Amino acid sequence: MQFGIFSVSDITRDPVSGETPSEAERIDAIIKIAQKTDEVGMDVFAIGEHHNPPFFSSSPSTLLAAIAATTRRLLVTTATTLITTNDPVRIAEEYAMLQHVSQGRMDLMIGRGNTAPVYPWFGADIRQGLPLALENYNLLHRLWREDVVDWEGQFRTALQGFTSTPRPLDDVPPFVWHGSIRTPEIAEQAAFYGNGFFANHIFWPTAHSLRLIEFYRQRFEHYGHGTRKQAIVGLGGQAYIAKRSQDAIREFRPYFDEAPVYGHGPSLEDFSQMTPLTVGSPQEVIDKTLTFHDTFGDYQRQLFLMDHAGLPLKTVLNQLDLLGEEVVPVLRKELESRRDPESAPAPTHEGLVRSKYGDQPARQPRPNANRGDNVTGGSPYQDSENATASYPDLV
Amino acid sequence: MTNPIDGTETPATGFRLVVVSGGTSDPSSTRLLADRIAERTARLAGERAEQVHVSTIDLRDLAAEISSALVSQLLGPKLTRAVATLREADGIIASAPVYKAAPSGLFSSFFHVLDNDLLIGKPVILAATAGTARHALVVDNEMRALFAYLRTLTAPTAVFAASEDWNSGELGARIGRAAFEMLVLLESGFSHKIENESWQRYQHEYGSAGGTELGIDLGTDLMRLATGGSARPTGSS
Repeated sequence: MQFGIFSVSDITRDPVSGETPSEAERIDAIIKIAQKTDEVGMDVFAIGEHHNPPFFSSSPSTLLAAIAATTRRLLVTTATTLITTNDPVRIAEEYAMLQHVSQGRMDLMIGRGNTAPVYPWFGADIRQGLPLALENYNLLHRLWREDVVDWEGQFRTALQGFTSTPRPLDDVPPFVWHGSIRTPEIAEQAAFYGNGFFANHIFWPTAHSLRLIEFYRQRFEHYGHGTRKQAIVGLGGQAYIAKRSQDAIREFRPYFDEAPVYGHGPSLEDFSQMTPLTVGSPQEVIDKTLTFHDTFGDYQRQLFLMDHAGLPLKTVLNQLDLLGEEVVPVLRKELESRRDPESAPAPTHEGLVRSKYGDQPARQPRPNANRGDNVTGGSPYQDSENATASYPDLV
Repeated sequence: MTNPIDGTETPATGFRLVVVSGGTSDPSSTRLLADRIAERTARLAGERAEQVHVSTIDLRDLAAEISSALVSQLLGPKLTRAVATLREADGIIASAPVYKAAPSGLFSSFFHVLDNDLLIGKPVILAATAGTARHALVVDNEMRALFAYLRTLTAPTAVFAASEDWNSGELGARIGRAAFEMLVLLESGFSHKIENESWQRYQHEYGSAGGTELGIDLGTDLMRLATGGSARPTGSS
């Protein structure tokens, strides 16, 4: 079980101080937040992708590379990478590079994005949002598994003899999560490929997320990747923690009331009752998070939203101390004791390497001398016998 | 109970008629108007040895949850119960106060946050109250359009009551006419036949119809694309 945080990358006015951080301050802060996540013993840091103010995270792979370079254990990932408006060829290249520089401490979560104007900025048509997402992933999947790809689809120019470089680290593709709130096709795609499925979860009652997760588990089994219990599920959560719950409520309320998305809507109390949000003591966060396990069964990744709505850096770092020191260790213990031995471990590069190669050494692709093109002949790599890599089972 | 028109079975408990009232005072003339239509429908049903059970959704009680839902997409517990009540309704009496030449914002907002497919085929009597007869066309010009969007079956007679209408026997006659229309629509079983025999011809989203629309068609072009295939129409290259 992995624990971590996910950030939307919003730059929001602090409603208490009235200050809006500059882009420079907020980008500096997010790196400190990620480093803190590592220091307090959590496993994952995830950043969203946005291309409009008041968000800063237009280029997640660059940010994540900087974070990976200054942390030791932390796995860096996205929440989400836009599979609609990014060329899958660039995603394949950038995240394979991130996989190398982070030495495998990364994976990738893909989603459609819900900001309509972004599509034309990148030459895409929002009316084709879902087919774009599905087709683009089909291509990305092959680019990381086949040294040489011939491909033709509906949305981008065809590829002839294309090799995405660098090849994934150890020739093991980054693990991919498909994020979706209510789209059965995305859950189906995650299940078909044996990838992970992530439910954002934080704006809706649990039953809402449960339906699609159950469908994903059932289809994961249908496609022969393992039993439904072995499907790989991630969930969002949201917390504000103080030693005493009345302090947590008092401190967080002004941020809640002004928060993007749900601010000026439901009361903090109603929202806490209806969604995963917990504002309270460490024990209350533990109790609420354990109810996710009651509902969804064993799952592999729990991400918390901790840094949005204008919360100042100092407060966020303090929150991460509380989360990392008082909440997560208890959750690890409790969830481990409830864990069904049949369920899958959380995906890591080491685990994927092990299931692909066992005790054998991993493939290390070495290119042949430049022959001027990739179109003629087979793989441009020296061990060209095995041009088509297969995807390892996660058991 | 057997439907007198075509012999199909109706729910053993009789027809479920739901009043949705946008009235804000207590007592409210908007609620009163809706109640009178509901009572008259029940009485007419009784004369034909049928039963009508009336339940009421007073939007005043839901005002905070409706405004939250407008900005956050999150339905509160009372609103969730209202959705469940409407989902089970055989017929609806929708009654709004008219302000500023439009049905009240509370009334419209309630219907705005419902799933588009929640009320498909359900018979609806439109009713409205106003301080002046100058608002009379609001029912047919605005409310009827909203309920057409929701693909309800609005009865031909709408009931509008300005202040002066409460002194007139003609209001009672219109109420009787509308109530009879509702009863005949209930008896026809129209909405149940749509639901049972034609539901998939309408547009739905996963989780819509108040969370009941959970069927997933694995045979679509998009599902083929999701599983590594092509969404290209056959024959194109």
